[in-house]
Amino acid sequence: MAEMTGNPYDINGQHFNPDMYLQKLLKECTLQQIMDQESEVVQDTQALHSDMQTLVYENYNKFISATDTVRKMKSDFKKMEDEMDLLAKNMESITSFSEQISCTLQDTRQQISELSGVHSMLKRLQFLFKLPTQLKTRIQEEEFSQAVQDYIHAQRVFQQYGNMTSFQGIQSDCEAIVEELKKKLRDQFRSKEASAKELTESVDLLLQLKEPADSLCADFLSHANSRLAEQLTLLEQSENQDIIEFVDLGSSGVLGNLCLIVASYNDMFINRPYHLDTESDLDSVAVSQLGNFVLHNMERYFNIVSCRVEKEQDIGDTVVLVRALDRFHRRLQAMKTLFSDTDFARTGTDIVLKAGYRQCRSHLQALKTHFSDTLTCVRQSLAAPKLVSQDGDNSSSLFELLSSLVISTVEKVKGVLQDLLVFAQPDLTFVLKPHFQEVFCVESVREHLVVGFLHHLTAVARGFCGSGDVKAPPALLLLLSKMCLEFESSNVHYLLSITDEWFNIEESSAASGLTHASELRSNMLAAAQELLNHYVRMQGLSVSQMLRKSVETRDWLHTIEPRTVRAVMKRVVEDIAAVDSQVGALYEEGQRAERSSDSSRRTQSITVSRHAYRSNWSSYGPSHLDSSLVTNIQKLFSERIEIFSSVEFSKVSILTGIIKISLKTFLECVRLRTFSCYGLQQIQVDTHYLQLYLWRFVADENLVHFLLDEILGSAVHRCVDPVLMEPSVVEIICERG
Amino acid sequence: MEDGKPVIYGLEFQARALAAQVAESETIRFLVGTQSLKLENNQIHIVELHEDSGTLSTQVYQHAAGEVWSLAASPGDSSKIITCFNTLSENGCQVKAALWNLPNLDSISTLNPKDETDKLPQLEKVCSLEAKEQVQDVRTVAFHPTDGQRAVSVLDSQCVLWDLGQNDARVTTTVSLEGKGHPRFTTGKWNPHHNYSQFATAHDSHVRSWDLRSPQTPAWSIESAHCQLVRDVDFNPNKQYYLATCGDDGCSKFWDSRDPSEPIAVRSDHSHWVWQIRFNHFHDQLILTSSSDSRVILTSMASISSEPYSNSGADEVAEAESEQRRKLEDGVLATYEEHEDSVYCVEWSCADPWTFASLSYDGRLVINQVPREDKYKILL
Repeated sequence: MAEMTGNPYDINGQHFNPDMYLQKLLKECTLQQIMDQESEVVQDTQALHSDMQTLVYENYNKFISATDTVRKMKSDFKKMEDEMDLLAKNMESITSFSEQISCTLQDTRQQISELSGVHSMLKRLQFLFKLPTQLKTRIQEEEFSQAVQDYIHAQRVFQQYGNMTSFQGIQSDCEAIVEELKKKLRDQFRSKEASAKELTESVDLLLQLKEPADSLCADFLSHANSRLAEQLTLLEQSENQDIIEFVDLGSSGVLGNLCLIVASYNDMFINRPYHLDTESDLDSVAVSQLGNFVLHNMERYFNIVSCRVEKEQDIGDTVVLVRALDRFHRRLQAMKTLFSDTDFARTGTDIVLKAGYRQCRSHLQALKTHFSDTLTCVRQSLAAPKLVSQDGDNSSSLFELLSSLVISTVEKVKGVLQDLLVFAQPDLTFVLKPHFQEVFCVESVREHLVVGFLHHLTAVARGFCGSGDVKAPPALLLLLSKMCLEFESSNVHYLLSITDEWFNIEESSAASGLTHASELRSNMLAAAQELLNHYVRMQGLSVSQMLRKSVETRDWLHTIEPRTVRAVMKRVVEDIAAVDSQVGALYEEGQRAERSSDSSRRTQSITVSRHAYRSNWSSYGPSHLDSSLVTNIQKLFSERIEIFSSVEFSKVSILTGIIKISLKTFLECVRLRTFSCYGLQQIQVDTHYLQLYLWRFVADENLVHFLLDEILGSAVHRCVDPVLMEPSVVEIICERG
Repeated sequence: MEDGKPVIYGLEFQARALAAQVAESETIRFLVGTQSLKLENNQIHIVELHEDSGTLSTQVYQHAAGEVWSLAASPGDSSKIITCFNTLSENGCQVKAALWNLPNLDSISTLNPKDETDKLPQLEKVCSLEAKEQVQDVRTVAFHPTDGQRAVSVLDSQCVLWDLGQNDARVTTTVSLEGKGHPRFTTGKWNPHHNYSQFATAHDSHVRSWDLRSPQTPAWSIESAHCQLVRDVDFNPNKQYYLATCGDDGCSKFWDSRDPSEPIAVRSDHSHWVWQIRFNHFHDQLILTSSSDSRVILTSMASISSEPYSNSGADEVAEAESEQRRKLEDGVLATYEEHEDSVYCVEWSCADPWTFASLSYDGRLVINQVPREDKYKILL
């Protein structure tokens, strides 16, 4: 309550209002309380009163003692004033005395100062007269810097008193000596053994002797140049050294020296502490000279290094090479501070990049040869095992060959990538450059190596499709087709993603240059399709040729009544079965058209087709029109058959393609011949036999039926005496055969 | 015909011989020979197209000598033809050739003579092109391109040049093919250049050209022109040295006979063997091929034709744009699918550069025209 200022009810506060307080008391308190309050107030008042009285007494006492003290001080001061007056008098007498003394000593002092001036002059003259000899001794003792110091010291004097004859003699002497000194210094400067420090010293001295700086620069540089050149040739010749040693030698020897030279040059000619008047002009000349010098030598150095790296790549180990390159690059990076204007690190990076690119190229070459070697192996093993195992095993070995081909290729690529990964280790200095990432990872590794190799694969595979290489065994075509397909389905993506992952290639980073996996995959798919189509054509052709020969060479007019199926038909079926097993080893079965239930299939199909034959040519004879009409109507309802069409990647589709080609050839050949009755019947037997055995290979057996019907129909047309054999007899012959 | 629809003419027999009537330059006429092993049933049909109405008129002759395998029309006399026909005897069959005269050629009528089969006019045999003791089959006979008095018959392993003057056939020159495995000619063609002195033949996958003045060795040859059998050869009528071949690999190839190592162009538009290939006589960028995939394909090979892309006229700037528009690209111009069986023959009309006929094995003759927009591209 006490701290509340402005409270009128606070009895101790400033703003206490007695009336309000009283009123409040009267209003709020009981009588007893008011009474208590009153007595309390009275007590308080009395206490305050007594306190006040004691305070007044105390103060009064203090005042009285103070008055006493002041009075005492007044008497003391008077005494002091007298003493001060005495002191002033004494001082005056001292001053007069000292004036007297100085007057007496004046003359002597002037004499002494004159004498000391003469002495110093004499000393200086003595120095001058001694200078030539001193310089000589200094030079002899090879204390060049001291000599120069002395000379410069004296020079000022010569300048001042140069017109006096006696001095001129000394000056000329000195100059002669200094010339000698300069010569000596230059000799030292030019001598081959001189260390950089000595060089620096001599140049510094020469400069102090006001030799022309630009010629010194040139001298210095040409000298340094010759020395560096020596080192470079040494470096060039050190062929049998390890590449790391080579790089170390280059770094510490050549580059170290170069740095030293540049540093001292900078100190001497460019950042000189004392400035001459032609400074700015000289500076630019000096800088440009230095620039040329450095550029020239670095160029040479880079040439040597890149030559060496190139050589190394033919033989060496990538890890060592990369370590060497890293050291090389690191050193260049360090040099960056020295040469601000030219970025040698960039050139160094370029050399590294070139090395990387060459590495990729040689790896690509290795991959290509490896692939062609594997292919040759595959070809050989394709040719060989047929002798060993005619049956069953053939197909499984084909699959093994395929997987070994694919796996070895993929593994080889992976191995190469791993090898190249050494280039991209994050602790290497050049990896940090963004430029490196773009050029090495994206261009060299991904685009050149991986994408290039995949393109090579498709190109090689496609090469087999050309009409030129007829010798390629069909199985190889099939194998390559499947290989392309495998690559298309997984390996392309796998290799690319591995590359991207290992080399931190982001899709977005270089979106423009990246070849997308889908493009490669579509290429692969196209190659696979082409190869497969070619395979179908090749196999179709070989079967066709058998059929064609069998039709063309036989005399169908004079053949005997058929007793067996011709051997060639059996051969055809055998061949197709062999193809079937070959294809089956690599390709899925594929979609077949709906067909009748197994049990009734064979008989039903035969009766249906036989019915078709009947309707087709039983009416032959009386009206030719009918027969052709019937065939035409039949054709209206059947779809056009594409013979050399693309096949799908499935077994039935492939075999359908082969069978289509073969049967169409059969048809065309039959149309070119003329048959006797027995000839026709032989064809009837043959087609029936084919019908019995070929349906199982194709997607749509109606296709086989249709083509065989066409063949038999054409044979009927080409027959001079068209009488067909009894179907039952045909069946017996076929079953017996 | 004007609206570009094909005109179809059905024969009762199977057929694989077709020829345009070479000596007739006014009307569009084609000759068709039938194949029937009932030899006396065989016929030669002359089909004439009336361009205005799009109707056909025909004349049928009986060709009782045998089934017709090949047919050639004389360039000098429209009533003369040579057929190669198959004859049957006890020893087997033999293909022979003969020169025939077509009587009453002028009386071609629109009447269909089907119901009067018995009264078909007979062909008049002028002479047969048969040497003494000839046992080889005749593959084809080719008339000299301009001289109706001379013809070459291609046998199994011989080409025989005949002089047909005075209604008589005399052998003048013989070309023999020798080699391992008894190679057989498949076809032959007279080269329309070099003063008609060369004759080209095909056997297996090779093409050879013989100079009829010195028939001992081939003048030039294209070895392995196709990877399978060569079915037909045709010369560009307007551009020397250029020829086309087709074969069982389903390809058409174009060659410069001066450099027979590589074809100039290869097209593979058919899905089975290509049986015949023909340059248009007037606009040699137009090429017809017929194939056993039942299709006829009209291809443009403007880039290697005798007609240059741009006629370097005076106002080239003005023409440049229109040139761009009307330039005919290389490629398939049209595919004709009216046939339902293998098409063995196709021929351009000799009278109209835009009309051609194709014949399928089931006896269907289809007369078609080049699509109008392509025609305009060439003409304008």
